[in-house]
Amino acid sequence: MRRTMLFMPGSKPGNLLNGDVYGADSIIIDLEDAVALAEKDSARILTKHAMRTFHYDCELIIRINSLTTPFWQADLDAVIPEKPDVIMPTKIYTADDIRTIDAYITEIEKAHGMEAGGVKLLPLLETAASIEHAFEIATASPRMVGLYLGAMDLALDMKATRTHEGYDIAYARSRLVIAARAAGIDALDTPYTWDIHDNDGLAEETRMVKNMGFNGKACIYPGQVEVVNDIFSPTKERYEWALAIVKGAEEAEAQGKGVVAVNGELVDGPVIIIARNTVAEYEKINGVHRS
Amino acid sequence: MKGKLVASIEEAIRLCGLKDGMTVSFHHHLRDGDQVLPMVMAKIEELGFHDITVSASSIHGSHGCLADMIKSKVVTGIDTNFIHKCVGTTISEGYLETPAIFRTHGNRPHALATGEAHIDIAFIAASAADCQGNMNGVDGPSAFGPMGYAFADAQFADKVVVITDYLVDYPLTPISIDERYVDYVVKVDSIGDTSGIASGITTISKDPIGLKIAKTAVQVFENSGYFEDGFVYQTGGGRTSLATTKFLKEAMDRRGVHGACILGGINGLFIDLLEQGYFNKIVDTQCFDLKAVESLKNDVRHQEIACGHYADMCAKSCVAAHLTTVMLGATEIDTEFNVNIHTDSNGLIMGGSGGHTDIAYGAKLTVIVTPLLRQRRAAVLDRVGTKSTMGDTIDVLVTQRGIAVNPKHQGLRERLLDAGLPVKDIHELRKMARDLTGEPKPVAFTDKVVAKVYGYDGKLNDVIYQSKG
Repeated sequence: MRRTMLFMPGSKPGNLLNGDVYGADSIIIDLEDAVALAEKDSARILTKHAMRTFHYDCELIIRINSLTTPFWQADLDAVIPEKPDVIMPTKIYTADDIRTIDAYITEIEKAHGMEAGGVKLLPLLETAASIEHAFEIATASPRMVGLYLGAMDLALDMKATRTHEGYDIAYARSRLVIAARAAGIDALDTPYTWDIHDNDGLAEETRMVKNMGFNGKACIYPGQVEVVNDIFSPTKERYEWALAIVKGAEEAEAQGKGVVAVNGELVDGPVIIIARNTVAEYEKINGVHRS
Repeated sequence: MKGKLVASIEEAIRLCGLKDGMTVSFHHHLRDGDQVLPMVMAKIEELGFHDITVSASSIHGSHGCLADMIKSKVVTGIDTNFIHKCVGTTISEGYLETPAIFRTHGNRPHALATGEAHIDIAFIAASAADCQGNMNGVDGPSAFGPMGYAFADAQFADKVVVITDYLVDYPLTPISIDERYVDYVVKVDSIGDTSGIASGITTISKDPIGLKIAKTAVQVFENSGYFEDGFVYQTGGGRTSLATTKFLKEAMDRRGVHGACILGGINGLFIDLLEQGYFNKIVDTQCFDLKAVESLKNDVRHQEIACGHYADMCAKSCVAAHLTTVMLGATEIDTEFNVNIHTDSNGLIMGGSGGHTDIAYGAKLTVIVTPLLRQRRAAVLDRVGTKSTMGDTIDVLVTQRGIAVNPKHQGLRERLLDAGLPVKDIHELRKMARDLTGEPKPVAFTDKVVAKVYGYDGKLNDVIYQSKG
């Protein structure tokens, strides 16, 4: 579950210390854009020690510098032995980029006696080429767990102008969701960067991308986490609706019936699947254990 | 009508008969902008007096002159509720002849009433006064708000001198403290800089950790069983404590709950709550910004009270005893819930109880809000440096990594757990903090007691020793 992925600079000890207290499903420690060129080394060392020292109560993702820089291998050398959950490669163009990173991670895993393939990949698609190659990228490695849209760099590469309504990235969003879904992995949306305190604007955009099929959205400010989590979480009412359908389906199955009726209405297959997903999601978020 | 107006502070000092060994008093309503204490003490020093005890309701950053006067023995005693580090360090270094006495805001007027403490001459800054000494804090160019801390000084000092920069025709109205208590009135050019009364915190914090803690603290109140119509609310002046107002509003909207009264220390954030109809009244001993001063002057729902009325827990009753909940900060808290707000991590004096200890005792639900770590130091410890507020008066600790409920409140603990709040044992929070910071080298002290810390009931809570440096 990745409703929210909260960014924090790898160069800020205070942020690293408290990264997991805001309720985000994942935190992304950033070694790329949030870290000045002169601080790349120190951020890498700090991140490595933070990973050794702190026990984050959520998924840990490390965003590394791109293949076009001299830093990406050093980033991986430093963090892979500390066993992050996920690596987020940046400025990906093609599936070959993923394979290059995958191979390098495998070398490090072998060198440190780690299980091969344990560290997953969730690349940032922020070039026009990567959008065009989205499905190939999504299926380039068994490590792949999702695709994440990077709107700012993508708009730059497209020579587009970022718009609040998201017209500029509408196609990219759609393409990324389809590719991720076709590959059976997560689709994660770009953060809301217009005004970090504008929770109404954030909520509106989050509802839109949820309706498009995204699993979650990155956050660049702790105050955004709760808003996004709420929208990507089933409500109690929705859970109760779904639970009634799931129970109806279970009863029908037990009785050998092919048709499921809940509250007098027939329910078909896709709705049952949605209901099962909703029940599972709600119970995971809220720690509900049904007997 | 006998004239009380005298030409200068020097004349007032002479007429009052100041002698070596006497006690002079001041209030702290002008906080970091106060010029009256420095002005009077400079004159006392200039006139060659020694062995003076300063009884000030608080000693702030504008009172740094006392440090040198302590070293030169002009000042040999301090009786107060709070000491800023600019003077506190000097006391911790052992320069003060006798141990500084820390009382609480509520116990100071009680001690003056019972004679346990005594003031020979009270110098009371007033933003407006008339020639007979009727005074208030809401008129004039240096208006600072209520005169809550000065009432007891006026009532119990042997001699009372009013110092004002805004002299009006007799009789002044409105009157906070009246002429019956006043011996002399002095007009000066300025009693202080009113911008210095602001604590600096007049907007909601944007610090994400502070906001998270504040939000959780309000959730604690919301689910405590005390969150119902007619509640009485107070916060400390810290950034996180004040941020609770944002979330309190949301909770009141959500649950349709209406408050009776805010008790303060008041700033503009609380005025907004009054004006927006969330509370019926504000009862106030001191203002932290000029918006609050304006409110006190113009809104009859905003009532000035004396400090004893605010928080004298030994009185027949006081407003603090009606508090439903308080949200308070802490420099340190230990696993027995004792709170330190007097000394820093090096054991140096840098604060004081103010009303913390009184209202912690008075409120039905006392919540401490603090991050788990302060800089590189743990804020949750095995034992605090100084016991300012005793643990049996603290109900809940809220940090960014969880809540601890005082074990004496099992019912409250269950209610918070039922509400899905992250309740932990305080030892677990202590362990988390220690795991992150390690165990610092103990601070070294001599055997010399440099300060005594008294509680809301006048009993000795703790002593502070001289720092070895």
